[in-house]
Amino acid sequence: MATEATTDVQKKDTANVATVPEQTRTGPVYQPAVDIFENDNSITLLADMPGVKPPDLEIDLRENVLTLTGRITAPGTAKESDVLHEYRPGIFFRQFTLSETIDQPKIDAQLTDGVLRLELPKVEKARPRQITVRAA
Amino acid sequence: MLVRRVWPSRPTFETPFSDFDQIRREMLRLLDAAADGAPEPAAGVFPPINITQDDENFYLRAEIPGIKPSELSLSALRNRVSISGKREIPREHERVSYHRKERPEGVFNRAVTLPTEVDADRVDARYTDGILTLTLPKAEQAKPRQISVRS
Repeated sequence: MATEATTDVQKKDTANVATVPEQTRTGPVYQPAVDIFENDNSITLLADMPGVKPPDLEIDLRENVLTLTGRITAPGTAKESDVLHEYRPGIFFRQFTLSETIDQPKIDAQLTDGVLRLELPKVEKARPRQITVRAA
Repeated sequence: MLVRRVWPSRPTFETPFSDFDQIRREMLRLLDAAADGAPEPAAGVFPPINITQDDENFYLRAEIPGIKPSELSLSALRNRVSISGKREIPREHERVSYHRKERPEGVFNRAVTLPTEVDADRVDARYTDGILTLTLPKAEQAKPRQISVRS
């Protein structure tokens, strides 16, 4: 069977992560591609996780380590046989160490069309106070 | 790079780079042997596609996260299906500094030839959670017929 393609978009090979603790089932583990950027108030993370629905996504933040885990239920019924097989559904897993302290209650997570948008607002730095000197 | 000539000498009309090709092939074979588990058949094109079939339909699934259905163009004719579109990543405000930018974007165009013809009028396309699922019913004349044997 022939396929052809012309694209600008390069598919990056999803790397297999070997060190995932406590996997209860076997299967490939992938690192989702992410964009991370920050401005003065918050850090935003966008991750490509196609096939993950909101109930199957876990986001964990403790001790400045952010962990994303997305699970996929393999689609299709048992009666189907493979014709072309280019990707295998697996678990998306990635961890990041955050340098800034994050205001945890204000974290906002949105998952639409397989893209996770995670807003991590930074803790407000203490504002400098003016100290007036009294003449004694 | 120091190369020890361990292969039998070859006639001089081969290109000067054929030795490097041989080394490259040997290295790839070593790496393949060292990879654990079944290596993924990396097509290296976007979007990756899985096609499965049962007696009635072909099911084509493509991983395309974060695209608007209006940016996708699908067409099917006889036994060819083509998927093309443009994945754009919306620009954020100007005053942001990027730590990482890994997600791919751009124009893509893939055409697939299926083993049998499909009924292009009855194709169903769904896009949920970043996966595009096409259900392509096989054309009537392409379905297998039961043949009974007369005794």
